[in-house]
Amino acid sequence: MSARPPRSPAPIPFPATHQNIRHDSAPLHVAGTARYVDDMPEPPGLLHVALGQSAKAHARILSMDLSAVRTYPGVVAVLTAADIPGMNDVGPVVADDPIFAESLVEYVGQSLFAVAATTRIAARAAARLAKVTYEELPAIISIADARATDSHILPPKRVERGDPLGTLSTSPHRLSGNLAMGGQDHFYLEGQISMAIPGEDGDMHVLCSTQHPSEVQHLVARALGRPDNHVVVEVRRMGGGFGGKETQASLFAAVAALVADRTGRPAKLRLDRDDDMVMTGKRHDFEVAYDVGFDDQGRILALDIILESRCGMSTDLSGAINDRAIFHADNCYYLANVRITSYRYKTHTVSNTAFRGFGGPQGMLAIEGVVDDIAHHLGLDPLSVRRANLYGGPDRNLTPYGMKVEDFIADGLLDRLESTSSYQARRTAIAAFNAASPVLKRGIALTPVKFGISFTTSFLNQAGALIQVYSDGSVLLNHGGTEMGQGLYTKVAQVVADVFGIGLDRVRITATRTDKVPNTSATAASAGADLNGMASFNAARTIRDRLSAFIAARWGIEPSALRFANGKVMASDNIISFDDLVRQAYLARVSLSATGFYATPKIDVDKETLIGRPFYYFAYGAAVSEVVIDTLTGETKLLAVDILHDCGTSLNPVLDRGQVEGAYVQGMGWLTMEELVFDAAGRLRTHAPSTYKIPGCGDIPDHFKVDLVNQPNQEETIHRSKAVGEPPFMLAISAYHAIKAAVAASGGNGPVKLDAPATPERVLMAVRARQAGAGA
Amino acid sequence: MSVAITLTVNGAPVSLEVDPRLLLSQLLRDELGLTGTHVGCDTSQCGACTVHLDGLSVKSCAVLAVQADGADVLTIEGITGPDGALHPMQAAFREHHGLQCGFCTPGMVMGAIELARTARDLEEATIREGLEGNLCRCTGYQNIVKAVRAGAQAMREG
Ligand code: FES
Ligand code: FES
Repeated sequence: MSARPPRSPAPIPFPATHQNIRHDSAPLHVAGTARYVDDMPEPPGLLHVALGQSAKAHARILSMDLSAVRTYPGVVAVLTAADIPGMNDVGPVVADDPIFAESLVEYVGQSLFAVAATTRIAARAAARLAKVTYEELPAIISIADARATDSHILPPKRVERGDPLGTLSTSPHRLSGNLAMGGQDHFYLEGQISMAIPGEDGDMHVLCSTQHPSEVQHLVARALGRPDNHVVVEVRRMGGGFGGKETQASLFAAVAALVADRTGRPAKLRLDRDDDMVMTGKRHDFEVAYDVGFDDQGRILALDIILESRCGMSTDLSGAINDRAIFHADNCYYLANVRITSYRYKTHTVSNTAFRGFGGPQGMLAIEGVVDDIAHHLGLDPLSVRRANLYGGPDRNLTPYGMKVEDFIADGLLDRLESTSSYQARRTAIAAFNAASPVLKRGIALTPVKFGISFTTSFLNQAGALIQVYSDGSVLLNHGGTEMGQGLYTKVAQVVADVFGIGLDRVRITATRTDKVPNTSATAASAGADLNGMASFNAARTIRDRLSAFIAARWGIEPSALRFANGKVMASDNIISFDDLVRQAYLARVSLSATGFYATPKIDVDKETLIGRPFYYFAYGAAVSEVVIDTLTGETKLLAVDILHDCGTSLNPVLDRGQVEGAYVQGMGWLTMEELVFDAAGRLRTHAPSTYKIPGCGDIPDHFKVDLVNQPNQEETIHRSKAVGEPPFMLAISAYHAIKAAVAASGGNGPVKLDAPATPERVLMAVRARQAGAGA
Repeated sequence: MSVAITLTVNGAPVSLEVDPRLLLSQLLRDELGLTGTHVGCDTSQCGACTVHLDGLSVKSCAVLAVQADGADVLTIEGITGPDGALHPMQAAFREHHGLQCGFCTPGMVMGAIELARTARDLEEATIREGLEGNLCRCTGYQNIVKAVRAGAQAMREG
């Protein structure tokens, strides 16, 4: 039923790079013909898989009686740990993520066994019939529990410079405080899904909604007890990822593959939304405590800050995530004397994982909270305190981890946005409004963002591509990056089309497959276009160089004299169409396929001390948010947003703008409405959209202005662009601080105590506390 | 036990025997292969599964297939013309970048078509209120609102 929609008659601009080109799948998406894993035609004999889950947060399994599961009508196979031919684990870094629990469960929802049946409904019904007896063990659920019991998943880390403790005691002003911030469910609209199709002689083909096909391939192979070369993982697109399909897809892919391997039949595992929310990791929640010394202008002289995070039951990516929190606990501010201590707690909850920003938002919210508290303590405009602390000048450009900030532009962004958003005039108007309004109070905040680009695990900063030019001149593009809506495929195709000087419509984009480009890194860390764009550029250049050498020899000119543009190749009087050139090169036996590779230069960081240069460059941004709160109900409303964001020289401004808008809204959800509630028994009580509220269309104000800074990246990235996936997420910190400003206006003095997310309950409590005079 | 139902889907008559528990979303996707209707939340919250039932938009995961007996069902596949020509609302979502991952798009388009027909005006606030039942996790809704307005205008003019 999937008729091909007609191609748009609109001419494709050349060169394609830096143009507003729509997402390559847009025509299919609007027609409903873009296929996600669950839309693939189901192969004959397909089995549907469901998982049995732990009911306890921490317990020994005394017995597991699966007889009723096995005999349920339609059930074809039941698999437990004993049925795994290879390794019972899908941990990405450390092997502590069992596929099926054997004798111990460590979170509610942990996978115990799989049931495969002829229908999905039968598999799900059968999974509920297991009789499991447990011996309950003490469960560590919250950060406070973990702190009290010294429960660490990884050793603490500390970055220290100067004399923070000595300077604290001599500072003119000193303040301490704390802040708790919640986690966040990814809520990708398409839930986790994998379909495994067994091939001959132990081969396995897995269609998987994942950001990390190579890792899924490796973990599936390891579970099957086979070399990686028996497994192909393929992903054409995801219905959203946001970090939630980086490591979290592996469990479901492995289970589908194990069932397919055991039964010889294709197997599909699609999680129900509730199960997805219960079984998959989330953004880490953090608690922050700080002690800060500063001068009369609010300039920080010394800071001692502690970041504690709930990592859940396994290691997953918690090491790198908490490292990134440390790397962002400075944001845009120079901290001469500083000590940052990071605790990574083990709890009996689902293992927390990557989520857009990867610890960066938590580190940044922490320091922004400190700066805001200083401003309220001194009675200054928070913007002036932010400005007083900015990086700048040769003696104020070193981060706590020893990387020099060489590309700082946040000061200019603040100035420009302050004026274009009329920040000062609005601040004055808001003060007048608040003076006259007893119940409704408004608040405004302008906050900057500096986000480091590169995987902090340095070896991951590599990428590969494969380009094939067919003898008719059409081009097939494949690279290791995955498409989750961000438009990566489109951007990379733009780059490749321009290398050959052909129209974008001549470049065919294909699904990411581990048998085309091996050993790829996850599409994560915002680095998708930086890495895959460059690798594809290099592959295309290799082929173009061969074509150039061939035609230059024939024409008797230097290859450097050739120009590839508008579907033609030319040099002075000579001209040939790209298609004809390719045809002739083919006949002359010139190789028309090539791989390309790219490894990010300059980066180098010590894994233990975290000192060094973890990032190739920084991306910057700034946002102004204005809100109104109702001091009788705690309800908040976002009134206006003004954003200025740095994408370098954007590869595709309209796609980048979409990333900025989507990221801000997602960040605003994290900080104002999305609340994860675990009860004392470790059960997630907000496991469906009925109780877990993500931003809706009506939560966004009419006034939502986004401007891109069109300024080339100082570093030699692909066409001097900058990564854009994660940095704008943290622009939403301005919304949270605007709410704090409105709470401050409700009465009282000094810093505002308000944990995130700033739900109506929390806002109301904060208002009450201030009105009762307990605000300081 | 199964129940015989007859309905019209995208203009074509359909008769089949269904399990009384079968959802309309499952009927469309699994029995008829109309996979443009997506299932995002399974619990009538996200709107990804929105289709038209006798001209009104419904969340097909919250309707039983037997409830559609005798009804006229229109899905995203049915609004594209037989020659592949896009409906003005589809064209507007494409032109105004009203999508990223695209998973919410078919439901958004179906919801927006009804909104365009019934809305008192095309003010931004009206559009935002009308789309409250459709969640998008990617776009931040800005381009969706633009697309809906443009699509609705095109529908009214065309
Ligand atoms: S799947 Fe029907 S509303 Fe979400
Ligand atoms: S475009 Fe991804 S959910 Fe809307």
